[in-house]
Amino acid sequence: MSDHDYRPKSRVGQWFNDRLPLLTLANHLTDYPTPKNLNYWWTFGGILTFCLITQIVTGLTLAMHYIAHADMAFESVEHIMRDVNYGWLIRYIHANGASMFFLAVYIHIFRSLFYGSYKAPREIIWIIGIIIYLLMMAAAFMGYVLPWGQMSFWGATVITNLFSAIPLVGEGIVTWLWGGYSVDNPTLTRFFTLHYLIPFLILGLVVLHIWALHVPGNNNPVGIDIKKPSKDTVPFHPYIVIKDGFALLMFMIVFAFFVFYAPNILGHADNYIEANPMVTPAHIVPEWYLLPFYAILRSVPDKLLGVVAMLSAILILAVLPWLDTSKIRSAVFRPLYKQFYWILVADVLILGYVGAMPAEGLYLLIARVATAYYFLHFLVILPVLGFKEKTLPVPLSITEPVLGGSPNLAAARNKESKIE
Amino acid sequence: MKNLFKLFSIIILIITPNSNSFAAEKAEYLKTDWSFKGLFGKFDRASLQRGYQVYTEVCASCHSMKYLSYRNLAEPGGPEFSEAQAKAIAASFEVTDGPNSDGEMFTRPGKLSDKFVMPYDNVKAAQAANGGAYPPDMSVLVKARGGGVDYIYSLLQGYEEAPNNVSLDDGVYYNKYMYGNKIRMAAPLSDGLVEYGDGTNATVEQMSKDVTTFLMWSAEPHLESRHQMGFKAIVYLIILTVLVYFSMKRIWSRVESEV
Repeated sequence: MSDHDYRPKSRVGQWFNDRLPLLTLANHLTDYPTPKNLNYWWTFGGILTFCLITQIVTGLTLAMHYIAHADMAFESVEHIMRDVNYGWLIRYIHANGASMFFLAVYIHIFRSLFYGSYKAPREIIWIIGIIIYLLMMAAAFMGYVLPWGQMSFWGATVITNLFSAIPLVGEGIVTWLWGGYSVDNPTLTRFFTLHYLIPFLILGLVVLHIWALHVPGNNNPVGIDIKKPSKDTVPFHPYIVIKDGFALLMFMIVFAFFVFYAPNILGHADNYIEANPMVTPAHIVPEWYLLPFYAILRSVPDKLLGVVAMLSAILILAVLPWLDTSKIRSAVFRPLYKQFYWILVADVLILGYVGAMPAEGLYLLIARVATAYYFLHFLVILPVLGFKEKTLPVPLSITEPVLGGSPNLAAARNKESKIE
Repeated sequence: MKNLFKLFSIIILIITPNSNSFAAEKAEYLKTDWSFKGLFGKFDRASLQRGYQVYTEVCASCHSMKYLSYRNLAEPGGPEFSEAQAKAIAASFEVTDGPNSDGEMFTRPGKLSDKFVMPYDNVKAAQAANGGAYPPDMSVLVKARGGGVDYIYSLLQGYEEAPNNVSLDDGVYYNKYMYGNKIRMAAPLSDGLVEYGDGTNATVEQMSKDVTTFLMWSAEPHLESRHQMGFKAIVYLIILTVLVYFSMKRIWSRVESEV
């Protein structure tokens, strides 16, 4: 890396940089050597940063008009939608922005799973990412409560009640969380406070996430360690900046479509009914991005074990770098893992689907099978695969695709060109 | 590029089935040609004005619309009554105001800034007058029901004789689009119930369409500017995307790698 010997040209720049090396940082970020074979699945990091900033900016604006009070929250949201200048736009960006954020984060996570980005030496990046993902879920859940519609209220009731499954102290914890004996005004005000706080925690973790990334540098579709800088890398600016920018614009077109033409399609109609503690909705469902975990929760007959299963489904990801025993990172060179990867993708989509359906009959059976498979994938298939799988020959560098004279040369070259 | 298309088609695939799974609910809704759907969808002004008439003459005796003000009736993108008309509409309602300097509440004719007058003082009063059922507030009703406008439009025309195997209590009616088929609201519309000022024939179908259009507007008063801005925003984004794409190609041509 060139930033060690970087020196600003101007005297003022040197004076400033000697005291606070911000210019060195800027130089590092622009020169940062990035593998040149990164595909579009790698653009979601930038897209996620955009999502976070968008949520913070629109959220700040909404908070200026929103009233966190059980009697006034719903009305204040309608006030934003009707009387605040472009309030409808800001709220729809914020509400759909949450969905876009999760869409991007799921793609980002599954990209990591495919290319083995969580493996050494990138475990810390991955674990920070999982913490960010957990905080995102907390922020999204509490944000969904704020409009104080029926689904807000009953969603909050169902999720907070999960804590009552904890033996002995469960009930006490729930009362403490609620600030009373049911979800009510104290619950709403604390959720608002935390919903405001969490994005800034995420922002801090994102800085750590990127910092940790810049130590080993990016993984890449071939999944090999590369020399930096070298023929295999390009400087972050302008190459990656423009590519991320292009992908971000494509993403924004999808985003804009939802905001302007289908702003409520991802939400639940019941949330336009003001919260009523006396009337329980026919089906209480969380937002789409939490459905797979909701399905896991409901697939276990015992309440406590259900909660444990749901939490484990997320936390298991944190130990993934040690569950996956294969030395090869990229699924491109792991023919068996690649198949199991796509089965896992299908499994999670199925869980999401049954999570939206009533937990009975065939749906419940499917949910149980899919839940079992989810854990099987991480606890059995991945560790065993690392020992049993016959992997394809891995190239020495990005520009020199494959070891000379390998019997699988043609096949690997073919794969290689597909990645690019 | 090929990967990119794959990526975005996957995004669309992931999103669509989830949204549909909620809406699925038995009987096929009646369809009509809503003018406010689509890229350039706009409200039919005359239909909104007729819809307001149906609301105020029929629905408003039980259903409140607490988030709307009389001024909204004259705002762009809505029924667009003239300001004089909207003032006259407001003035035709008695509004309780106060307390005055003597500490007394008093009534006065409505003003543009007043919210729509509520038919009942509170939820309990509404329930008491309607056999225990609360007639829901209509401000955001179409957004609060799974089928949206199609559901409301169908429900208004969905009253039928109950099948033999269904027994109905007193004050309960059979509606084939209602969740569970039982509804506490008697069929609100009948042919010729209102007399339209513009001479439109007030059939149940016509009134259903007009009042549903009005409810769509009341739930989404900025729908027209949303559609207009959305079109501009997306066209802008597409042009910018194309420009950035060619810049990217140019920049990446310096290294022997594909983007």
